[in-house]
Formats: sequence, structure tokens, C-alpha cells
Amino acid sequence: MNPSRWRTVDILTCAVLAVAFSVVFWAWNFVWAALSPALSFYPPLAAVVYGLWLIPAVLAPLIVRKAGAGIFTEGLAALMSLLLGSPYGMTVIYQGLLQGLGGELPFAAGRYRRFGNATALAAGALAGVAGTLWDVFYWYPDADLWAFKVPYVAIAAASSAIVAGLGSKGLVKAMLPTGVLDRFPAGRERQRI
Amino acid sequence: MTISLAPVCDARAPIARANPVAKLTAAVAVSTTALIASDWLTPLLLLAALLAVVPFSGIRIGALARRLRWLWSAALIVVVVNAVFAAEQTGRILIALGPLEISTGALLDATAIGLRVLVAATAGVLGFATTDPTDLADALTQQLRAPARFTLGALAALRLLPLMGAEWRQITSARRARGLEGGWNPARRVRLFVSTMFALLVGAIRRAGRLAAAMDARGFDSEIPRTYAREQRMYAADWAVIAGALLVCATAVAVSAAYGVFTAF
Amino acid sequence: MIPVEFRGFAWRHAGRRAQAVTGVDLRVEPGERVLLLGPSGSGKSTLLAALAGLLTEDSGEQDGDVLIDGKPAAEQQDRVGILFQDPETQLVMARSGDDVAFGLENQAVPRDRIWPRVREALAAVGFPYGVDRPTHALSGGEQQRLALAGVLARRPDLILLDEPTANLDPEGARDVRAALRTALADTEATLIVVEHRVAEILDLVDRVIALGPGGTLLADGPAEAVLAEHGDHLAAQGVWVPGVPLPTRPALAAGDVALHGESLTLLHPGTDHPALDDVSFQLRQGELLAVTGPNGSGKSTLALLAGGLAKPTRGRSTVPGETRPLHRLPARRLATRIGSVFQDPEHQFVTATVQDELAFGPRQAGWPKDRIDARVSELLERLRLAPLANANPHTLSGGEARRLSVAGALAAAPGVLLLDEPTFGQDRRTWGELVDLTADIRDEGTALLAVTHDRDFAAALAGRELVLNAGRIAEERRR
Ligand SMILES: Nc1ncnc2c1ncn2[C@@H]1O[C@H](COP(=O)(O)OP(=O)(O)OP(=O)(O)O)[C@@H](O)[C@H]1O
Ligand SMILES: Nc1ncnc2c1ncn2[C@@H]1O[C@H](COP(=O)(O)OP(=O)(O)OP(=O)(O)O)[C@@H](O)[C@H]1O
Ligand SMILES: [Mg+2]
Ligand SMILES: [Mg+2]
Repeated sequence: MNPSRWRTVDILTCAVLAVAFSVVFWAWNFVWAALSPALSFYPPLAAVVYGLWLIPAVLAPLIVRKAGAGIFTEGLAALMSLLLGSPYGMTVIYQGLLQGLGGELPFAAGRYRRFGNATALAAGALAGVAGTLWDVFYWYPDADLWAFKVPYVAIAAASSAIVAGLGSKGLVKAMLPTGVLDRFPAGRERQRI
Repeated sequence: MTISLAPVCDARAPIARANPVAKLTAAVAVSTTALIASDWLTPLLLLAALLAVVPFSGIRIGALARRLRWLWSAALIVVVVNAVFAAEQTGRILIALGPLEISTGALLDATAIGLRVLVAATAGVLGFATTDPTDLADALTQQLRAPARFTLGALAALRLLPLMGAEWRQITSARRARGLEGGWNPARRVRLFVSTMFALLVGAIRRAGRLAAAMDARGFDSEIPRTYAREQRMYAADWAVIAGALLVCATAVAVSAAYGVFTAF
Repeated sequence: MIPVEFRGFAWRHAGRRAQAVTGVDLRVEPGERVLLLGPSGSGKSTLLAALAGLLTEDSGEQDGDVLIDGKPAAEQQDRVGILFQDPETQLVMARSGDDVAFGLENQAVPRDRIWPRVREALAAVGFPYGVDRPTHALSGGEQQRLALAGVLARRPDLILLDEPTANLDPEGARDVRAALRTALADTEATLIVVEHRVAEILDLVDRVIALGPGGTLLADGPAEAVLAEHGDHLAAQGVWVPGVPLPTRPALAAGDVALHGESLTLLHPGTDHPALDDVSFQLRQGELLAVTGPNGSGKSTLALLAGGLAKPTRGRSTVPGETRPLHRLPARRLATRIGSVFQDPEHQFVTATVQDELAFGPRQAGWPKDRIDARVSELLERLRLAPLANANPHTLSGGEARRLSVAGALAAAPGVLLLDEPTFGQDRRTWGELVDLTADIRDEGTALLAVTHDRDFAAALAGRELVLNAGRIAEERRR
């Protein structure tokens, strides 16, 4: 069988992850509401948690290891938030696809054969850069380069590398012993039980 | 608070009945125009046109207002950030508080960007709050030839959204029963959030596997070209929606160019 | 009407070292109606999945052959229909008609022939609503009937049912069985059904095949003969054999009040009828109070409010020795006073191994290390979880996960234990173990409240029964 063909379980796993993350993001709003006042005195600092939004872009490729998994999942997550009534309208789709693309690049560069920490870190960082570049060009074009744009992108990239990149890697590692990844290449790396 | 995808509009309204791909194209055209134009007049004209369409969308006013409330606050943040962090403060200084300065020029530019947010968002609400996900998936496969396995897979997953919302709440109360609670400690809150997320994701992947098996058992992966029980078509009215949207965009750009205020990017 | 054959079939799931089934040789003749029995983990579901062509190359390793009408099962997917246990993850579409049509679209049935077949299938299972009913607005039993319609609409020659009623409440299960009965009368398809609760399904089948661990053949033949000959053995293996008596454990005398619910009321925002309306009750040490009632009558809500896990709109739940109502207690403190067991055990697991799961409560309560260790090993032994001490809780079977969730809740020795559907979907053996465990805890002086649809469980243990209806107490029975 053709290893790059998407099985139904691959498609469904990406799609269900996108749905699960729209629940996670919704719940995060309640946690964030309690934490955000501490960061609001300097808006670029809000980018500290930017990485959370990009976990699907890294987690899905790490699990299913198929070309396009990051774009599909992140784009779908964006569509989902639009269907749920996102305040950002159509642009979340553009941005979602762009973030997915950013996350996808490092995996594509490794020909979908490398899924280690370095690739995950790069995927997280690139997804973060792609997302914030969009923000900076379209939402904050008049903001000052050094006072706002640069720190904003840099903080978000660092946050995405750590939260989305290493965080996804950590999630996959924690999921291995639960057996839910047994049908995926990632699961084959686990000791047989 | 619960998550739901329940429709918020009257399904018989003209916009609600339009082909989802037509609506999608229209929303993309309008949002993209607003993104390209960086003056204040173009988005203002587009916004006016969008508001004129609202009565034909069948969206209940209450539901629209609830969604717009978010929208206004998002736009406001964009305006404030752009004004405060503007690269150059031109025109008259309005506010001066130590290092913080806001000028009329910066405020005007910031408002233009805020309007842009409003256009993109309103177009999204009009296009998507009036669209049934099943129809969207059907139209994407039938009109845009999107691969059916992906659109239908996504649609099947979407059905699980309310279930997973309820599951999040159950996991949270089960954690309280075990003595785990966020309280006011931010670190503990985040840790608890991560562990709840983990439990949700494990359950989600397991569900995905079961759903995939159920779909394959009904021939989803057979490589026969499938038929469609519900036909989605582009009627004259749908082409009219697209033409109307393009016309509005062209007019908005032309008018603001005629007044000499149009700028791009 | 097709013959089915396993020849030296063996299967190992990807990621597993051991084979799930080995050396299965089995033949089912065209048109036969077969009940497949066997203990949990004996590979019944694996065999059905093999017939449905769901065991693909990339999900494991196969030996031998699975033949349907003489051809490999993977090539015959179109002629086979399978119904699983869980109604929620079998429905694909948001509207009832679309869901039934889904399987026909995949078969490339032309549009004008789809809808008549959809209506026919819906009628065959007695689906009470039309084709436009949102699938999320259906009860479990209705969802399962809809899924059955989806299977029948494809007109399969081989129908496979994997515990189709295990996840339903008694009423829903009865409806599904009735639908099955009428639908099967209309077709000549070969049928293979897996079911632990034998009594209800016996009139649908004419042959029983009982499997032992690993796919060995324990018994095969006409239903009555097999049950008469091997009934006790099968019962010991976890099959609900009709006529084999169930244990009862009557309570000793009840002690002091351990939990007091006063006028508990909960109104969900945006609804006009309270989910729970002015319910008061007392729970005493050493007794088990059963809470029963139809779906949606507020039983789980009652357990949630009584356990201080949700804030009641009105009323309060208290335990002696605490001045604050339970929903205002900090979680750590609450966990030492009350243990709650949720319907889905997986939601409750917070650690990565079985033994950490058991140690978690005592650790939160600040017990010294040697006391924790003693408690953990005691519970591991008693619930026969010792060999699994280092396993991840998410890898356990349904029965094991249920026992672990009960054990986790009672590890810190709370005075009150609230159980939501403790015996849901259990085989007879784990059921018996749970009854014994619950009775032991009760007789040691713990106060228990059990929300349950399981009449046998209530009959075995409950001293009193609270019947809810539409959020109110309809009746209080003494046993
Ligand atoms: N997807 C899977 N991946 C790995 N192992 C599996 C998988 N499905 C089942 N198993 C294992 O294969 C064995 C047989 O499982 P199966 O589900 O066929 O049993 P069963 O007889 O249907 O049990 P039950 O009555 O509990 O449903 C078990 O040891 C189980 O843990
Ligand atoms: N989050 C919610 N929002 C609105 N209504 C709800 C919510 N949760 C539950 N309900 C409603 O509250 C009522 C009681 O639900 P509850 O779960 O307590 O019933 P139950 O008796 O446990 O049912 P079952 O036997 O199916 O488990 C139901 O009618 C349900 O629809
Ligand atoms: Mg099974
Ligand atoms: Mg309940």
C-alpha cells in the first residue's frame, strides 16, 4: 500500500484534533481571563502564550506524519472558529492556512522522515513567525518596528517554539503509553506490550 | 456556557439559501479588498454595503449583536495598539502622558485599520453564521471539487464538537473530585489546564479511530467515485451574489480613488 | 446469504507483542444466525473486524485466511454491514436521512434511488422521526436504531453486530432489539452477533459459538444445548447466562447520617425546566442508596450536586463536621470527605500508572509514605490489579478501568462514596467483583449513593431506592 496515501483514520484524527482544539481554545479563554491582566501593560507580551494556538499545526504532523497534516488541521481549526463565530472573520482562514504552512515547512524539508525535537522546535517557531507576520502586516501595519513589531514576532516565535514545538513533542511522548497512537508510525516507536 | 453550532438564522432568508461556495467567494472578495485597501474610505463603504445586506441574511438581531460585541472589542484593541505604537505620530497631539503620545494622524490611520477588522469580521459572520456545515461540505466537494474524503471526514468530526465540550466539563469536575483545582494560583491553573487538555486529546484520538472504523465499514474508503444524496448547484441567484460582491468591491475602490484617498497596503 | 470461513486465522495488533487471536478455524453456513460468546479480551471484536475488512495491513499482522463467499474479506466490504457498541461514534452526519444515505453514496447508488432506500431502512427499524432530524437530538437507543438503518440500507449479505445494546439504558436496549427482530425477519442475511447479555438475544439466533482466551473453541452448537451443557462455565467466564442466580449482599444496620442534601436544585442557564428540582435526602453510614429513573431525569445531576462538584442554583449538600456546604469546600479537602466515581472512568485518571492512581488520593490527603504504600498494595491485591500496577490507566479494559476508578476514589478512605452507573457495560464477572467490593466498603461503614439503571445491582445491594422523574423525587422505596 502507498505509504503517503491518507488512511481514513489519518483524516479523522487530524479533523477530530482540530475540533478538540476548538474546545481547548474556548476553555483557555476562561483561564486566560484570569491571567491576562498581568500581561496587558505591554501588548507584545500577550504573545507569550501565542504558541498555544499553534499546537495543532505541530501535533498533527507529529502523529499522522502525512504531507499536509499541519495545513489541514490548522486550517480546519480556523474554519471551526469561524463557524463558531470568531471575531476575526474570514481572515482567520488565511491566517490559519499560513500558520499551518509555516508549521509544515520543516517537516517537508525533512521529507516527512524527521520528527525529532529539532524539527518540532523549528515547526513551532516557523508557525509562530507566519502567524505573527500576518498580524503585523495586516492588523498592526502602522505600529513601530522596534517598539512593537520586532518584539511581538520574536516573543511569539519563542513561545511557539517552546509551547507548540516542544509542547507537542511532550504530548506525543505522554500519549505513547496510553496506546491511542498504536495505529500511527509515532506509536510504533513505543515498546510493545 | 456551552459550545454549539446551532444555526442562528432563518433558513429561508435569501442569503441563508444561497450556495455556500457563492457566499464563500463573496466573503473572500470583500475581506480581501478590505485587506488590500489601507485608506479609511474603502472599508467604510464596504461596511455600509455589508450592513445593507443584513436584513436579507435572516440572522436574528440578538444573535448578530452577541457576535458583533466581540467584534467591536477586537476592533477597538487594534485601533488602540496601532495608535499607541504608531511608528510616527503625525498631526496634532491629542493625548500626552509621559512617554505615551497619540496624535490625530496616528488615530486616523488606526481607525482605518479598525474598520478593516470590522469588514473582514462582518463578512465572515454573514457568510458563515448563515451556512449549514453539511451544505458547506457538499458544496465544497461538488462545486470546488475538494476531495470528498477530507471534507466529509471534517464534517463527521465537526459533529463531535458539542460532545467534546461536555467532555471538557466532565473532566474538570472529575478532577475537582480527585482534589485538583486551579484556584487563584496561575501556575496551578495552567498545570491543571494542561492535564485536562491531555485527557481530552487522548479521548479525542480514540474517538477518531472508532469513527474512522465506522465510516470505513460503510464503504468510505472504497475507491469507487461516490454519488451525492443532496445536490448542491449554482443557480442564477448564486452567480448574482458573487457578481454583487465583486461590484460592491469595485465600486468602493473606485469611489475612494475618485476622492483621492485610496491607498493600497 | 453467504458462507463465512476462518482458516488458521491469527492476528496481532500493531504495537502489541501478543496475538489477539491465534489459530481460529470456524465456518458459518449461509443464512445462519450465530451468537458469538466469550470472555472479555478473547478476540470476538477482532474476529468481527476481520470479517468487516477493517483489519488493514498497516494495523497489524495476519496469518491464515478470512473468507467470505470464498474470497478474502477485504474484497467483500460491500456485502458486509457492521454495527458497533458506541452509538455516538457511529453516526457520521448531522441529519438522520443524510446519515443513512452516507453508506449508499459510498456505494455509488444513483441519487434518485438513494432516498427511497433511506426511507425504507428508517421504516424497517421503526425510527420515529423523519429524514431531517438532527442526530444530536436523539437518545442513545434512537441513535443506535439509526445506525442500524444505515447498515441495513446497504442491503448487506452478512450482518455483524458487536454488542449493539451494551451502552444503552434498559428502555433503549429493548427498542433496539425490537428493531433488530423486525429487520432480521425481512432479510435472509447471515448474522453474527456478539453479546454478553445472552437472555435478551437468544430468540434471534440458532447457533452459539463460545470462544476461550486467544480464540480457542469452547463450545459450538444449538443455543439451548450449549447453554445447558456449558452454562456454569460460561457464567464463570463472564457471560450473563440466563437462569444462573446472581449474588445478593443485604446491608447490615445503617449508622449515623453521613451526607445531607437539602432542597438541591439546578437550573441550567438558558433552560426553563430545572434539571434537578428541590430534592432532599439523607445518606447514612453503612447503607447504599440507589438512585434510579428514566434518561434525563436528573440522576447524574443529583450525584454532581450531592458531591459538591457543581454549584446548586438553590439548596446545599453538607457532611457532619463541615460548616460550609460541599460546593464551597476547596477541592483537596472535598476529596478527603467524599469520593465520586464518574460514568466514564477515563475522565478520572490523573496519573500515568495504576499504582500512582491509587496513591494519588492518599498523597493529596498528606498520608505518611508507609501508610500510602500499605494502602496501595492492599487495593491492588483486592481488585486483582497487582499485575497491572505499572500499566497506563488508559490501556486498561473497560472492566479494569471501572474497578480502578472506584478504587482510586476510595483510596483515601472518604466517609461517603458517590457512584454514577458503576456497572455500566460490565461482563458478569467484573459485575460480581464490583458487587462484592461495594458491599465490603458499605459494611465497613461507608455511606454509598449509586446512580444506576441496573436493576440487578440495586437489588443486590440497596437498602433504599430513590426514583427520580423529571428532576423530582417520584417515589422512595424501602427494600
Ligand atoms: N486496536 C487495538 N490495538 C491493540 N490491541 C488491541 C486492539 N483492539 C483489541 N486489542 C487487544 O486484542 C485482544 C482482543 O480484543 P477484542 O476487542 O477482540 O476482545 P473482545 O473479545 O471483543 O473483548 P470484549 O468482550 O471486552 O469486547 C485484547 O487483548 C485487546 O486488548
Ligand atoms: N449543560 C446542560 N445544559 C442544559 N441542560 C442540561 C445540561 N446538562 C444536562 N442537562 C439536562 O438536565 C437533565 C438531567 O440530566 P442528567 O444528566 O442529570 O440526567 P440522568 O438522569 O443522569 O440521565 P441518564 O440516565 O441519561 O444518565 C436532562 O434533561 C439534560 O438534558
Ligand atoms: Mg469486543
Ligand atoms: Mg446520567
